[in-house]
Amino acid sequence: MAAFVVLLIALTLSGGLYAAFAPAEKAQADDTAQSLAIEEGKKLYSVGCASCHGTGGEGSHNGPSLVGVGAAAVDFQVGTGRMPAATSQGPQVPRKKNIYSQTQIDQIAGYIASLGAGPTVPTANDYSPDGADIAKGGELFRTNCAQCHNFTGKGGALTHGKFAPSLEGVAPKHIYEAMQTGPQNMPSFPDTTLSQQNKKDIIAYVNAVNGDQTVSPGGLELGGLGPVSEGLFAWIFGLGALIVVAVWVAARTAKAKKS
Amino acid sequence: MSTTTTNESGTRGRAPAGERVADWADGRLGIYSLAKSNMRKIFPDHWSFMLGEVCLYSFIIIILTGVYLTLFFHPSMNEVVYHGSYVPLQGQLMSEAFNSTVHISFDVRGGLLIRQIHHWAALIFLAGMFVHMMRVFFTGAFRKPREINWLFGFLLFVLGMFTGFTGYSLPDDLLSGTGVRFMEGAILSVPIVGTYLSFFLFGGQFPGGDFVARFYSIHILLLPGIMLGLVVGHLILVFYHKHTQFAGPGKTNNNVVGMPLLPVYMAKAGGFFFLVFGVIAAIAAIATINPIWAMGPYRPDQVSTGAQPDWYMGFSEGLIRVMPGWEINFWGHTLVLGVFIPLVIFPLVLVTIAVYPFIEAWVTGDRREHHILDRPRNAPTRTAFGAAWISWYFVLLIGGGNDLWATHFHLSINAITWFVRVAFFVVPVLVFIATKRICLGLQRRDHDKVLHGRESGIIKRLPHGEFIEVHEPLSQEQLHTLTAHEQYEPAEIGPTVDENGVERKVKGSERLRAKLSNAYYGENNQIPKPTVEEYKEITSGHGHH
Repeated sequence: MAAFVVLLIALTLSGGLYAAFAPAEKAQADDTAQSLAIEEGKKLYSVGCASCHGTGGEGSHNGPSLVGVGAAAVDFQVGTGRMPAATSQGPQVPRKKNIYSQTQIDQIAGYIASLGAGPTVPTANDYSPDGADIAKGGELFRTNCAQCHNFTGKGGALTHGKFAPSLEGVAPKHIYEAMQTGPQNMPSFPDTTLSQQNKKDIIAYVNAVNGDQTVSPGGLELGGLGPVSEGLFAWIFGLGALIVVAVWVAARTAKAKKS
Repeated sequence: MSTTTTNESGTRGRAPAGERVADWADGRLGIYSLAKSNMRKIFPDHWSFMLGEVCLYSFIIIILTGVYLTLFFHPSMNEVVYHGSYVPLQGQLMSEAFNSTVHISFDVRGGLLIRQIHHWAALIFLAGMFVHMMRVFFTGAFRKPREINWLFGFLLFVLGMFTGFTGYSLPDDLLSGTGVRFMEGAILSVPIVGTYLSFFLFGGQFPGGDFVARFYSIHILLLPGIMLGLVVGHLILVFYHKHTQFAGPGKTNNNVVGMPLLPVYMAKAGGFFFLVFGVIAAIAAIATINPIWAMGPYRPDQVSTGAQPDWYMGFSEGLIRVMPGWEINFWGHTLVLGVFIPLVIFPLVLVTIAVYPFIEAWVTGDRREHHILDRPRNAPTRTAFGAAWISWYFVLLIGGGNDLWATHFHLSINAITWFVRVAFFVVPVLVFIATKRICLGLQRRDHDKVLHGRESGIIKRLPHGEFIEVHEPLSQEQLHTLTAHEQYEPAEIGPTVDENGVERKVKGSERLRAKLSNAYYGENNQIPKPTVEEYKEITSGHGHH
């Protein structure tokens, strides 16, 4: 009975407060859902993010300010498991298993977006490889991405242990968001630099040369890393096999007949 | 002749077909004496003597597949739009060279396989030459009379490097184009003449429209032509000198123990050719090499990470990558030491190993012919030098692949670069010392084995309770093999005062030679092999122990 009374009072109170403070004209169902999402997002933020990024997203010496990074940045960082980062980080926060549901990520993203305007999460239409020019994407990739991510997005080294990660198995949405927001050491490519269509083309190219459906016409890809792995393979399996064959041939010599 | 044959046809019949063919050929080419002296030519048996064959056969495979590729390759830098079957390049602007290489890869029957055989065979050819050269080095097979053949082999290795470089630059893809740009940068760093050389080579500004056609002539005509000549010379000299052999019973400096060229070696070598071809073809069918379609056409404004040359050029990449970017500005002229110093060290690395035989000959002062090979342990200083050189080479290879070391072993690329900078100077010295100690240790073991026999693993308990291991004496053959090597005395500076009491001036080179000779053969630099007296004293007296 007591619990019922408390609940009744709480409901009346919150309802009254809402009636008092809600903007009269714009109080539509959509906004309610959004503000509730922001509320939920703030809670998740307080648990998972606030220790480094500050209770209001203002940042601390452990993490940058999140005001104005936008929903796309949150969706990328949390969606790829990079955030929340572990405490003892190496030179760079690596991709790892994502522990949040998409709904939760959207809620955190909603909260961060409410702190200041920033890039929004792209829709499926923005990044789907359908209708994109793969070859154009290849040209753009080689011009803008290959110097860190390698010809086909196998990844590469940066200074002091940092690295450009492999793009294998990265969702098209996340590639799009990474280009838009420029996570960690990556420069950002806003729509003024790489248009939406350009991003789409690049995603289609990465999908074509480094996706699940990619075939390697020449046989084993050897990591797609170029001459270093090829040289290793030539020494170990090429010359190695030939030396084994030579030892075998030399051991099987014609013996002089014993008379 | 024919009349006598007809007359005697009743008893002996016509000569067999083979003999008639041989007779026909001999009458026109005079090959009888050539065949007589060479068909029974003896070759010794050891797997390491077949490394040269691996090189020869992969060279032949490269020539054969290369001819096929020339049928479809267009050595031109005219720009065309791609309309072939590889979708991710559709509509892209590219040179005809790149276009035709993609065409070979996707639209020519067997084209990709032949391309991959050609490229894999090239990597294996160079690796084979490297190992072959090291076999010759560590067994002392470069000694008189084979110094010139050593140089022929060395030249083949260096020319092979450049043939490979010009070859993989031909498709004009983004990876190889970066390599050509790298070379252009190195040429530009040469003081005073660098820019002129670069303009001369590329026919103007890099990349221009000429270099593919020029590299093509160099790659398919000039360098392979010289190499073919050198290979023939190399083989003629092998025939002329006869093959070296390891020490053993019945083997002397004046004979060769082994199997005759015909039929045994011909069959073996012929069969081995097909085995080599088979292994290379299998590798080419299994693994991709140089997937130029994935790299895209070359454009000077594009570059990819992980841009390395093929392995045999990797040490030059390492030299550049680890060199600090020093630069001097001298009266308005920039001297790019960060590139120029590596360019100077690049040939030095190779020349160091090439001139070694002559240094050793000078130190030993030995002018005799040597046809019996050394076991590496019996020439500790030479073995240590060779091992140090290899370690030097591989340190530079690590430098050339520093980015892949960083990403695959989760290291800092800066730390690797600093490691290589230090290791460039330190590692060869450490390897030299360690190898020499190991060789001397092995010599000591041989010494013990000869005097005390082989450890049998049988433990015997003596009546008074002591345990001893029974040693088995070696056979005569084994004893011979272990003691066949000769040991030099360290050279000394001759008398400084002549018979008239006049003091002679000792030249610096003489002192240096005596010092080096002492480092080679002086006390503690080789273990004196057991003498017959020692052996007799130990074996006759109180049995084995």
